[in-house]
Amino acid sequence: MSVTTEDVAQVALLARLSIPDETMEDVTGRFTRILELVAELQQVDTDGVAPMSNPHDMEQRLRVDAVTEENRREELQRPAPAVEEGYFLVPRVID
Amino acid sequence: MSWETVMGLEVHLQLATDSKIFSGAANKFGADPNSQACAVDLGMPGMLPVLNEQAVRYAVMFGLGIDARIGKRSIFDRKNYFYPDLPKGYQVSQFFEPIVCEGIFEVPLSDGSLFPIRITRAHLEEDAGKSVHDRFPNQTGVDLNRAGTPLLEIVTEPDFRTAEQAVAYLKALHSLVTYLGISDGNMAEGSMRCDINLSLRPTGSDTYGTRTEIKNVNSFRFVEKAIAAESQRQQELLEDGVNIVQETRLYDADRNETRSMRSKEVANDYRYFPEPDLLPIVLSDDYIETVRSALPELPAAKRERFIAQYQLSNYDASLLVSSPDMAAYFETAVSVCNEPKTTANWMLGDLSAALNKEAIDIKKSPVDPEGLASLVLRITDGTLSSKLGKQVFEALWQGEGPADQIIESRGLKQVSDSSALEELVSEVISANADQVAQYRAADSAKQKKLLGFFVGQIMKASKGQANPQLINQILTKALSSD
Amino acid sequence: MTALDISSATAAQVINALETGAVSSQEVTQAYLDRIESLNPKINAVVTTDHEGALAAAAAADQARAKGAGGPLNGVPLLHKDIFCTAGLKTTCASKMLANFEPPYNATVVQKLNAAGVVTLGKTNMDEFAMGSSNETSYFGPSFNPWDLERVPGGSSGGSAAAVAAGLAPLSTGTDTGGSIRQPASLCGITGFKPTYGRISRFGIIAFASSLDQAGPMTRTVEDAAVMLNAMCGLDTNDSTSADVAVPDFQQALQGDIKGMRIGLPKQYFSDMLNSDVADSIRAALKELEAEGATLVDVDLPHTREGIATYYVIAPAEASANLARYDGVRFGHRCDNPADLMDLYARSRSEGFGSEVQRRILVGTYALSAGFYDAYFKKAQQVRRIISNDFKNAFEHCDVIAGPAAPDVAFPVGAKNDDPIAMYMEDVYTLSVNLAGLPGLSVPAGLISGLPIGLQLIGRPFDEETVLRAGHRLQLRTDHHLKTPQLGADQS
Repeated sequence: MSVTTEDVAQVALLARLSIPDETMEDVTGRFTRILELVAELQQVDTDGVAPMSNPHDMEQRLRVDAVTEENRREELQRPAPAVEEGYFLVPRVID
Repeated sequence: MSWETVMGLEVHLQLATDSKIFSGAANKFGADPNSQACAVDLGMPGMLPVLNEQAVRYAVMFGLGIDARIGKRSIFDRKNYFYPDLPKGYQVSQFFEPIVCEGIFEVPLSDGSLFPIRITRAHLEEDAGKSVHDRFPNQTGVDLNRAGTPLLEIVTEPDFRTAEQAVAYLKALHSLVTYLGISDGNMAEGSMRCDINLSLRPTGSDTYGTRTEIKNVNSFRFVEKAIAAESQRQQELLEDGVNIVQETRLYDADRNETRSMRSKEVANDYRYFPEPDLLPIVLSDDYIETVRSALPELPAAKRERFIAQYQLSNYDASLLVSSPDMAAYFETAVSVCNEPKTTANWMLGDLSAALNKEAIDIKKSPVDPEGLASLVLRITDGTLSSKLGKQVFEALWQGEGPADQIIESRGLKQVSDSSALEELVSEVISANADQVAQYRAADSAKQKKLLGFFVGQIMKASKGQANPQLINQILTKALSSD
Repeated sequence: MTALDISSATAAQVINALETGAVSSQEVTQAYLDRIESLNPKINAVVTTDHEGALAAAAAADQARAKGAGGPLNGVPLLHKDIFCTAGLKTTCASKMLANFEPPYNATVVQKLNAAGVVTLGKTNMDEFAMGSSNETSYFGPSFNPWDLERVPGGSSGGSAAAVAAGLAPLSTGTDTGGSIRQPASLCGITGFKPTYGRISRFGIIAFASSLDQAGPMTRTVEDAAVMLNAMCGLDTNDSTSADVAVPDFQQALQGDIKGMRIGLPKQYFSDMLNSDVADSIRAALKELEAEGATLVDVDLPHTREGIATYYVIAPAEASANLARYDGVRFGHRCDNPADLMDLYARSRSEGFGSEVQRRILVGTYALSAGFYDAYFKKAQQVRRIISNDFKNAFEHCDVIAGPAAPDVAFPVGAKNDDPIAMYMEDVYTLSVNLAGLPGLSVPAGLISGLPIGLQLIGRPFDEETVLRAGHRLQLRTDHHLKTPQLGADQS
């Protein structure tokens, strides 16, 4: 199965990546190679086999409902590129 | 061509846990921006989710409350999309296997009938943060306090046909969740948010039209108006032969119309897949039974009991059970005065009016159930007329002291002593000979009117304390004899 | 420092020197810091050195020792792969995206090793966001194999492997998602161990593929690895996938023989495709184990080849979501003057991520997208279960499974960059172990033309003890693990 540069562009949009035109061919080529590898999976008979998410089929532990985190805003916002009055800033979004 | 409106509702309910669904940060409304967003909520590198047991319990309580099938094995999934208020770039939700499966929710309508709504599913997910668009020039500010608040998303089948049904459903849902104690269910504050999926089809058709989704309508009133506005918009388009575009819209209350949400124009492929940082929630039968046995009495059952136990009408009972606080107040008051009908009247009348006027909850009422009960007792034992009772209520509301004290200090005791009243009646009759003559000469209709004049005079003379029923009797008798 | 030759010292030897008072922690720490300064420019294994912090920790360790206190690794220098969040110390994941990121928290593993008394010297180089098998995708430039500076050290924990091989620290941490501890350990001639999935907390480890990632020790010896494991393992309630399983004393577990231990040899690992020199080294190592009383049996892992495809659907898919949080909003790289939200995202991410990371995000996004989920992601998850069952079946007939840790010795820098599949094949023996969540050890099995190759031992879930004991036995009989590369610096 091969993909076109349009397919790759569409996927890039979903992933919020912008692929420069000059590398598009290369990316598409590598993509195609990987899909060729992945196509091997179709040969495996998986009828009735349950998908595996966690290797040990563990069950979720539950946490007691209690407040254990205090306000550490200043510390946690230190790595932020743009903060004002406690808000993280991004370019204006219009709904 | 006549059209039928077909609707399904998706309600996002904030669960009233102490901490977030996947972290130990506080889950309180109104804190300073980002003061309740810990590293897990911020999606910082290496952070991982851990599931809050209370959120699971609340979801199961809801499922049992609507008699739904509980998903004994449910999983979390990642719903992937980019938005500033979604810190991880995915929302942890339940797509493939929800914790609550299909159920039926019976909604009481105003005509007393019960309208069955099919609930498709209810699932747990995390809330996103909030964006403010008008505080910073050319920027949007992101507050992630709300990110990670536990939500229960409740989805119905497209069973609604009218706005009335939709609003009745929302009210009944609010009632149920407040009874269960799992949520404030407050649309104005955002703890209960409603999305409406709406489509039209020719009456009699059994296929569905193209639907639009109206997001985040935040009051019962706006739900009615949004449904009306969108139905009209779609009808006009369809009648012009234009196809409905499947899209997400917002209700604009100022213009009373819906408009398309620009930010949702970019096609979203959510690419759901099982959340690998969380494991399947597995609920044992024992666990479910423990939750079931701890359920409080639910509104429907309480309503039936009130009707039977207190001989209340369906209407009165429905209103009294609409909030657990109101129902509790009623039962406390009745346990003191044992007068359910009168208590109900006072609660649904003067008390509700006063609470609404000052926009306070019954829990904050200055008149407590014992206070109201003592007032009711003084009315039913004849000490007070209903009219004077209103005065006493006012005084109770202002905190002037217990009912008996008010009656004493203001001298409001109703006079019911027959001989005293007969004396009063004679005095008034003697002082108003002309009117008496007019009365005796008049026909029965006119007599009724003139009687009012005499009653008024007597009430004036007695400063309102004459027992009106007795006065009527004595007066009528005195006037008809010679 | 005459008591200790740090160019080849094991942690056990460092501990011994510290305990006998031959050296202080401050002295040995300074010695390692000096060695990093002189040798790192050649191998680029270390990306951040924390002189101040290390010497302060060393001083504290010496004080504790004087009082008779201090943990089992008290005062022993260590390097962390730059994927472990270290509070106040840059944690970059070898990416421009996090080039200046200082976490406000420690990973649980870091905390536990601190409690055991380690002295953190700094952070090591790696493939960007752990995506790679050669340490060539790092934002800070490739790391080089101390055995041959024109060759790769393997990846993604290439820096940690090269650092231990070159004697820049006696201990380091790595993470392993598809072989990223075991393969570089093999290529650099050191010992690397990935425990059972869930043994070690992932809290504070920057996530690549959540259901596959696992931290582990990278050391000269199995014994050192066991001591590190004692400190690193254990239930962490901050990580929902952390297993509630009792932690044995792994160091104790090394005692005892391996008489009667059945070693399974998958015929798929020993096919005609296997390089004959590698096959010879592995068979020689296996002979040593036989001499210790183990028996060799043939086993079948029929979906070994499909493991690669399975991994290269699941890992990128999980990664595509794990890396969505890098959007220039709350931390990490942000582009200059974003015009609007879309621009903020697209440019910050495209500038911040290298090309291999971007390619994997694309593959992963594709595999999850509408219309492809069933054929790719769901299918891969099903084959994953089949592969896990294959191992279960094999373990009916043996106690550990053995084979090469990598198909060949270290390859030249740049040799495998044109064809992604060629690079992916590096991990053919290691990937399936992550898919099945099993423990896997790589121990040095000799040199081929002066370049190391490793023997991999795979165990049942939560049976690290058997694997470690077998590896330890080999190191009692052979001296491959004691060989060190000649890097030309003076040892003192």
